[in-house]
Amino acid sequence: MALLDIHDFRLAFDGYDGRVQVLNGIDLSVAAGEAVGIVGETGCGKSVLARSILRLNPSPPARVISGGIAFDGQDVFAMREARLRELRGAGIGMVFQDPATYLNPVFSIGSQMADVLRAHGLRGREAIRARSLELLDAMRLPDPAGLLSRYPHELSGGMRQRVLIAQALAANPRLLLADEPTTALDVTVQGQILALIRDLVARLGLTLVLISHDLGVIGATCRRIVVMYAGTIVEDAPAEALFAAPRHPYTRGLLAAVPDLERPGAMPVGIPGQIPSLRDPPPGCRFHPRCAAATSRCRVEAPKLTGDQHRTACHLVTS
Amino acid sequence: MSSSLYEARMRRLRFVVWTFRGSASGLLGLALVAAFLLLAAFGPMIAPYPADATGAMHLAQRLQPPSAAHWFGTDEMGCDILSRVVIGTRTSLWVGLVITAVASLIGVPLGIAAGYLGGAPRAVIMRVTDVFLSVPGLVLALAIVSALGPGVMHGVVALSLVWWPGYVRLIEAKALTLRSEPYVEAARTMGAGHAWVLVRHILPNCVSPLIVKASMDMGLAILAVASLGFIGLGARPPAPEWGAMVSVARSYMPDWWWYSFFPGLFIFLTVLGFNLFGDGLRDMLDPRSARS
Amino acid sequence: MLRWVAARLALLGLMLGGLVVITFVVSNITPSDPAALAAGPDATRDMIETVRREYGLDRPLPEQFLRYVTDLAQFRMGRAVQTGNQVSDDLARYFPATMELVLLATLLSVLLGVPLGILGAVRRNRALDHAIRILAVSGVALPAFWAALLLQLVFAVHLGWLPTSGQLSVATAPPMPISGMILLDALIAGELGVFREAWSYAVLPAFVLALPSIAAIVRVCRAEMIEVLGADHVTAARAHGVSGGRVVFWLALKNAMLPTLAMIGLRLGWTLGSSFLVETVFDWPGIGLYAVSSAIASDFKPVMGVTLCIGVTFMLSNLLIDLAYGWLDPRTRSA
Repeated sequence: MALLDIHDFRLAFDGYDGRVQVLNGIDLSVAAGEAVGIVGETGCGKSVLARSILRLNPSPPARVISGGIAFDGQDVFAMREARLRELRGAGIGMVFQDPATYLNPVFSIGSQMADVLRAHGLRGREAIRARSLELLDAMRLPDPAGLLSRYPHELSGGMRQRVLIAQALAANPRLLLADEPTTALDVTVQGQILALIRDLVARLGLTLVLISHDLGVIGATCRRIVVMYAGTIVEDAPAEALFAAPRHPYTRGLLAAVPDLERPGAMPVGIPGQIPSLRDPPPGCRFHPRCAAATSRCRVEAPKLTGDQHRTACHLVTS
Repeated sequence: MSSSLYEARMRRLRFVVWTFRGSASGLLGLALVAAFLLLAAFGPMIAPYPADATGAMHLAQRLQPPSAAHWFGTDEMGCDILSRVVIGTRTSLWVGLVITAVASLIGVPLGIAAGYLGGAPRAVIMRVTDVFLSVPGLVLALAIVSALGPGVMHGVVALSLVWWPGYVRLIEAKALTLRSEPYVEAARTMGAGHAWVLVRHILPNCVSPLIVKASMDMGLAILAVASLGFIGLGARPPAPEWGAMVSVARSYMPDWWWYSFFPGLFIFLTVLGFNLFGDGLRDMLDPRSARS
Repeated sequence: MLRWVAARLALLGLMLGGLVVITFVVSNITPSDPAALAAGPDATRDMIETVRREYGLDRPLPEQFLRYVTDLAQFRMGRAVQTGNQVSDDLARYFPATMELVLLATLLSVLLGVPLGILGAVRRNRALDHAIRILAVSGVALPAFWAALLLQLVFAVHLGWLPTSGQLSVATAPPMPISGMILLDALIAGELGVFREAWSYAVLPAFVLALPSIAAIVRVCRAEMIEVLGADHVTAARAHGVSGGRVVFWLALKNAMLPTLAMIGLRLGWTLGSSFLVETVFDWPGIGLYAVSSAIASDFKPVMGVTLCIGVTFMLSNLLIDLAYGWLDPRTRSA
């Protein structure tokens, strides 16, 4: 049975300009032990999806139109308050993008670690302190004891991100959900954080769902890659298969846009057009206005995700 | 007009209307301010007994409770309180306008000079401003009026002198941030003179916080004058100034309570109106600070 | 840290100097003859001239200023015509009563304003929130003297629940004056009966004085709470399983208290500055009432004294607020 099961999930936001269809029928199953990467451009809905898994989207204006998300067999949207709090941290640990804004500026690191630990049942100052030090040490942070009394603004970006990861893993979750964990960091630090994540996943036997707009980041950490476009999944395949033989025109466009180090001087090719407005999305396949191979069927009928190991949502791909 | 520019403008318009419509309070403020202005403009024509506002005496009718003939009752001279309150609106209007206008005429240029020029001029201006702000305004105004003597004019002068520092603070902060905006720097490198930058870039961006503050200050200035009037340092009787009316009415509490109730109610509604209106304006003009 | 306090005190000294200049200028803009005013309404011409020489009012202005400053340094602010006492003595007598009222009002405004602000933020845009917001806007617009009169009418006269005016009944003996504030002194002396009675006298004026501050604090607290509750770090805390209660009342509130504290400081000045209105209505024996009765009698030495007194209090309380701000926000500490 899948650890995380997203079934035909549709989510919209109600705003002053009408309803925005952010997630349009997401079907995704993640088995225990997998390392799945979700890749897509800004605005494709990947972060909204991540938050939906933990029910973090404030409910007006977000609205679940249909479908559901289940963790370990339990419907996340039907959970009661106490069970949901348990899910958040002890079931799924979430790491966020920009550690500068995701840490509370007026509380010390130690205090924020203690908050998470206490929320999941740990009691006693000594026990909390010991566990906090253990976690910070596991993150390869120097001087964990001194760190406990420091404030977020006194730490570097890389250190703050490690603290965020420590918080996510504090209650021993089974799944690590990382939303753009390296996007806000310097390139040199990115590599360190990715290595840390890979190491922790291996050592702790975690299931990983990593979200990024950067194919390189995904490729370095994930065995299975899910490509999202304008609120839908367009391709879902094992990493080698995706890189070797991408099937969806959008995926092919993404890969062609990556500069090739083996052939310096060859220009990367961009995808023409722009991402569609989610307020007024194109009919049929959402990618068809930018697709060179679009047929009349693509303009009218939205393709469904078909396939087994290698799924694709495209009329031109017959599996 | 290209379609995308039109679309962008329509979206902005929809957003503004949505904000203001969702802001019932802003509309209420607008209604109250409009009512206030109408009363001030047409007061003598609307008031049932306009002569009562200038010292008529009908001692046979003194201190009557609200009735069909006198909606707000009569005062100790037998004058119709409704008429006096309505005609008193004019006093409040010009008082509020003068104080706000003088305060901004002094404060805005000083604020721009301080924010834009920086350095020594800024230090001097801000230190002087800080000194004025080191004492609560109403107290300093009280001190000035006690030296000058009672009367509405003296109150207006005193309050204007106390009010301008607030504008300096507001505009200085704005001008300071504007000065370091990239487009200002760009203009300067292209050879624009100080005057051009001030008129074209700094001043227009100061207008919206200025308008918001000025509308709220109208109400607060009227309240301040009424407060000075209440303690007896405002208009001399028989002038129908709201605060002075409440002051006299105090001696007739509690039996003839309506005498102090209605003028005070008008002060309250006027200040409320300008506050709500200013809030609504702020939500409209600076959506980033829309707090709901 | 110490250096920062020292710098602020130096700045305070500068402000004080400026205030002294302002009060001097104001006392000299009076259109009537200051000597005649000081001599009193029944003075003869000779007496006026004697007074003029005695107070140095015939000397050139800079010399008068110097004399003014040296007098102030020795707490000599002249004699009040109304009471016949030295202004400094009168100030010492009446100041604690005003401080008692102002402190009580500030306490009430925080105890009522912050919870209402949190409530409004958490129950945002529902019926309760709308009611709270209407109250908040009305509170600032409410004329203090009008609200005072009305509340006095309802609670003291009609319902008879509370006394109409004064600080304590004439029949009751006040407690040993340690701080000068009757409520505090009664507590210190353990005289609970006196405390309860003094409280019944103080609650209405303090509440009226607190109303605009309650309104302002509700507005800013609510707005800040709404903003913080939408902040990324709050989402992160929720994602880590921290309970809603702890998120709101601890993690979010500490962030929201920073601007709220700034507002409390701002309102303190307003409260100090408009206490005279409430003191007038309730016959509360503070420096506000003292200033008003002097002003009406054109006796402005007491008014100047009160102005300086309130100014100094205001500056010192701002310093305290800044210190509290530094304690709450660790980012300003290392700056």
